[in-house]
Amino acid sequence: MRRMGYGHHALIETLHSIQESFGYLDEDALRYVATTLRLPLSRVYGVATFYQFFRLKPKGEHHTCVICVGTACHLKGATTILEQLEQRLGIKPGGATADGKVSLLTARCLASCGLAPAVVLDGKVMGKFTADAAIAWIQKWVAHDT
Amino acid sequence: MTLPIRVRTLKIDDRDVSAREDETILEVARENGIDIPSLCYLEGLSAVGGCRLCLVDVRGVPRPVPACVTRVEEGMQITTNSERIVKYRRMNLELLFTEGNHICAVCVSNGRCELQGLAQSFGMTHVHFPYLYPQLKVDASHERYVIDHNRCVLCMRCVRVCDEIEGAHTWDVMGRGIEAQVITDLNQPWGTSDTCTSCGKCVHVCPTGALFEKGKSVAEMLKKRQFLPYLKLMREEHV
Repeated sequence: MRRMGYGHHALIETLHSIQESFGYLDEDALRYVATTLRLPLSRVYGVATFYQFFRLKPKGEHHTCVICVGTACHLKGATTILEQLEQRLGIKPGGATADGKVSLLTARCLASCGLAPAVVLDGKVMGKFTADAAIAWIQKWVAHDT
Repeated sequence: MTLPIRVRTLKIDDRDVSAREDETILEVARENGIDIPSLCYLEGLSAVGGCRLCLVDVRGVPRPVPACVTRVEEGMQITTNSERIVKYRRMNLELLFTEGNHICAVCVSNGRCELQGLAQSFGMTHVHFPYLYPQLKVDASHERYVIDHNRCVLCMRCVRVCDEIEGAHTWDVMGRGIEAQVITDLNQPWGTSDTCTSCGKCVHVCPTGALFEKGKSVAEMLKKRQFLPYLKLMREEHV
């Protein structure tokens, strides 16, 4: 995992690997990375929070719902979808529902602007989405699991 | 053998000036007594071009360029105070005010604040944009110093001085855009930071009252900057 010579430039790559293995970056992991790569703690934390890809909290146990808030999707009403989902699930982007079933995330452009507003449900990209459709999906998930 | 440093000649506000080729527009202007406002720039630290208050016009370049990070070139024609430049600088300054909660009347740096000073020199009487009134925290966990994020303009002077001069790199910036904030270590309370040496350099380079010493009341915080040119001089390699 860290065979890149422990260079400072390996930071992002390392964070990627950790998130892949553990699902998110916890404090111990960040501390470990900083000490091993001999980087300042604040720099590591800064990088981990700058990129929206990195999560500092565990993601929902089963399902993830990523809403694109890039320019094209924003114009096509991604904000409305996001607001309605926030209200419906009672969580903010980056958080997971209390039962840990669904986590809500935002992304800045999925490079599928032709499908705007785009949403990724469990890794599947869905285009031309509406808030109602998203809520229907999430309800289906929840109903299916119980 | 090092290459000899060449001299460049250029025009700033129709005045002929000469400069070493490794100088920036801001340095040359200041040497020649031409005033260019700046906020994030501080002599002795690296320049980041973050505040965008030192914007100047260069003939032949469509965009305004930040003077603190732009090297001089032969034959440059620079305008430092055109109507357009003044408008942009003022807009940037006003936006700095909208993004924080800058209330001079209760600030430790009142009367000595660089942000306040800039607003005065720009003749800024009001802000044309809606204030955001962000809910920001004050961290007084350090035994000697306090950070008030409400007054922070993200100039990154504290980040740079901590890294470049003190060598501790306790400070950095987290997040992006409007949510960006300066942090100590893993976004933990300053008092619990293991890397902080409590040297206070960050406090004294801070242009506003965001970083201050405990126990200072309104307008009492005096920033002592003398250490920076001194340390820089002492650490220079003399050949």
